[in-house]
Amino acid sequence: MRLIHPENLEDIALGATVLGTGGGGDPYVGKLMALQAIRRSGPVQLVDPSEVDDDAIIAHTAMMGAPTVMVEKLPNGREIEHALLSLQSYLGKKIDYTTSAEAGGINSTIPFTVAARLGLPMVDADGMGRAFPELQMVTPTLYGISATPMAIADEKGNSAVINAPTNRWTETMARTITIDMGSTALIALYPMTGRQLKEAMIGGTLTRAETIGRTLREAREGHRDPIEALLRVTGGFEVFCGKVQDVRRRTERGFARGEATIEGLDEDESSKLVLHFQNENLVAIRDGEIIVSVPDLITVLDAETGDPITTEGLRYGFRVVVIGIPSHPKWRSPMGLEIVGPRYFGYDIDYVPIEERFADRGREGGRR
Amino acid sequence: MRIGIDVGGTNTDAVVMDGSQVIGWTKTPTTPDVSSGIITALTDLLDRTAVAKQDISAVMIGTTHFTNAVVERRRLLEVAAVRLALPATETLPPMVDWPQDLAEVLGQHIYLVHGGHEFDGREIAPLDPDEIRRVAADIRAKGLRSAAISSVFSPVNTIMEEEAADILRAEIPDLYISLSSQVGRLGLLERENATIMNASLQDLARRVAASFRSALNHLDLHVPFYISQNDGTLMSADYAERYPVLTFASGPTNSMRGAAFLSGLKDAMVVDIGGTTSDVGMLIHGFPREASVSVEIGGVRTNFRMPDVLSFGLGGGSLVRSQADQVQIGPDSVGYELTEKSLVFGGSTLTTTDIVVAANKADIGERSRVADLDSVLVQRSIDEMQRMVDRAVDRMKTSAADLPVVLVGGGSILVTREIQGASRIVRPEQAPVANAIGAAIAQVGGEVDRVFSLDGQSRTEALDAAKQEASDKAIAAGASPETIQIVDVEDVPLSYLPGNAVRVRVKAVGDLSMA
Repeated sequence: MRLIHPENLEDIALGATVLGTGGGGDPYVGKLMALQAIRRSGPVQLVDPSEVDDDAIIAHTAMMGAPTVMVEKLPNGREIEHALLSLQSYLGKKIDYTTSAEAGGINSTIPFTVAARLGLPMVDADGMGRAFPELQMVTPTLYGISATPMAIADEKGNSAVINAPTNRWTETMARTITIDMGSTALIALYPMTGRQLKEAMIGGTLTRAETIGRTLREAREGHRDPIEALLRVTGGFEVFCGKVQDVRRRTERGFARGEATIEGLDEDESSKLVLHFQNENLVAIRDGEIIVSVPDLITVLDAETGDPITTEGLRYGFRVVVIGIPSHPKWRSPMGLEIVGPRYFGYDIDYVPIEERFADRGREGGRR
Repeated sequence: MRIGIDVGGTNTDAVVMDGSQVIGWTKTPTTPDVSSGIITALTDLLDRTAVAKQDISAVMIGTTHFTNAVVERRRLLEVAAVRLALPATETLPPMVDWPQDLAEVLGQHIYLVHGGHEFDGREIAPLDPDEIRRVAADIRAKGLRSAAISSVFSPVNTIMEEEAADILRAEIPDLYISLSSQVGRLGLLERENATIMNASLQDLARRVAASFRSALNHLDLHVPFYISQNDGTLMSADYAERYPVLTFASGPTNSMRGAAFLSGLKDAMVVDIGGTTSDVGMLIHGFPREASVSVEIGGVRTNFRMPDVLSFGLGGGSLVRSQADQVQIGPDSVGYELTEKSLVFGGSTLTTTDIVVAANKADIGERSRVADLDSVLVQRSIDEMQRMVDRAVDRMKTSAADLPVVLVGGGSILVTREIQGASRIVRPEQAPVANAIGAAIAQVGGEVDRVFSLDGQSRTEALDAAKQEASDKAIAAGASPETIQIVDVEDVPLSYLPGNAVRVRVKAVGDLSMA
């Protein structure tokens, strides 16, 4: 167990943007909310999954909706308590811990708010090891753990408890309610036992986000190459470097989909990289060939500062380095690939782990 | 004819232009009262050019006064920060992420009341007039003179901010009121921050505008005058008086616009090399490219339309140091003391200016004083300066294609060769007053930033509606309709949502219509 103070949150939020793979929402608002809650109620206890009792009850807490709305209609702070307490009263059992659904983007910091406000300890884990666009895309789904009963609440005092036969149905119904609530809602879901948590969740991801954020910050402060430092700490690969030539965005079935075209510079001169995204980056296509795909992480960084750039912030003219980071092994199982692999997102290719594609690089976790 | 004035921290520059021709210019020191400096500059300008006052049809002024006031935390009013949002947003109240010293200067008078809209135009809660009246009573009791009103999704629907302002004004007739929908785009905290800073500048804005007016009256120049804003367009002096925050980035904007004008280029890189630093920015369609990340002013996060400018430590007074076979240029500089401290002027500090004189690339001071400089050091320094400029130009470029580079500023002599990636280098003659020229030629603009629903209309229809609205706004601001151009269109779908909502940003500009 350790205590999370305001200074830890800065690093967690920065690291979470790297793990957000272009999506997951801007963590600025989530970070400020958590900072406010911790300043008022004191630091949050973060425990390792191994410290959690097998019979303890844990629930994910998260924000659902459109990131563009989240920066305008901010929460009042009580929604998340309301969601968690609704779930608790429906269950008729005390919830002992909360944890993150996704370690990427704004949802990395949302659980700290409820943990601080209710004095609840938080488990250092998440269900993705990154960000994904839909709520069934978590590792507990692979272990048959239901997202429901799930509670959803808004700032006006509305709340609902959802029960559904599959986690995809939960996603569909929760999405509809979220829109009626004004396109942002706070949710508490995936109630599970400590035993289930240890088996089904990805442990240590908040600490991993913090380490990534700290590494990036310290490299910059020490005037060392931030991208080199980032690749070493994540075991990632430099995929491409170039300048953004074009960004196309469109809305399809409630998601921001699009492509960014990056024209190569330096070693990638005369090559072209196209990124496809659905909120998060899905595939990287170099000169017509997919070279990185989901579930591996594809993140775009500012070539100078190493700052991660979200798909919404990506603009014509930016000079960027695209990196790829191996996904958690849980996603690489046949079932994992079924729910978050390239075919789920409409790409008719077999998934090839990034370290196999880049085996000829000779080394892992460094610049070319 | 038009007069452009740039009131900077050090100098007040003035230029008179006839259409697109520069008739004459002058540079004088800025004075603490602002107006006597302007009077001196204008008197000198009119004397020199023999232009008759009755031939002047408008005066355009650019100033960094308001930015400096916030940065220095001086001459700011305490502000009532009123947010229409309950039951939403309480977790992050107004001024939540401000530097403590600035927050204290402004007093942290926070009022969270019911109101605001959803993204689709529904009300979060209705406005409660009695609640606003209670806020008014408290403002009166505290003796506050300025209020900032922000409402959730007010860029989509301004009505609640306007209704709340009417109620406050009915209760306290002389209260200064700033509305967030007039100041910024989507992003509540950033827009609200800018509105609160704007409210704190109300007294200063009145005083500065009054000193501009009194200077012009003193000279019998009874013509309309305008203030240049962040995006290189103009606003009326009356509007600037109410929204001084919109001038925050007008300095670099005017310099880049002036460079565009002097070079005749619409798409180019502008390199402004001063005494201590250089600014590099990209012109697109004759306007500076805007920064995409949030910009901090005086430590406060905002989402202004600001030019994307890269500053680095190279100027005519930058110090040159060598160690082994490495040369280091700047970032420190002898600044305005160049004419005392540099070698060519008899001083003992090796500066970049000394290097270019030694290399026989410029004729400043006494060349004999640098005759003994090591030629290898001179060569390495020239290479290093060139590398700094090349890198900055490359970083700011938006495509791999070569493009013209416009060099302005007194330090532009430091560039002695071709710049990598430049198709050609343009060095305009009137470069020292590029800022005042930028003010003189500024256009008027209109901007739309709103969420459109694509149910029942196509994307093209939504974009057309936005373009029309932006053009109408520009015309309302004084643009002549036949000169209107759409200079920026951006649409971002709202992700994680079905129903095809799209956020559209359109900017239209036109020449000021001259009666």
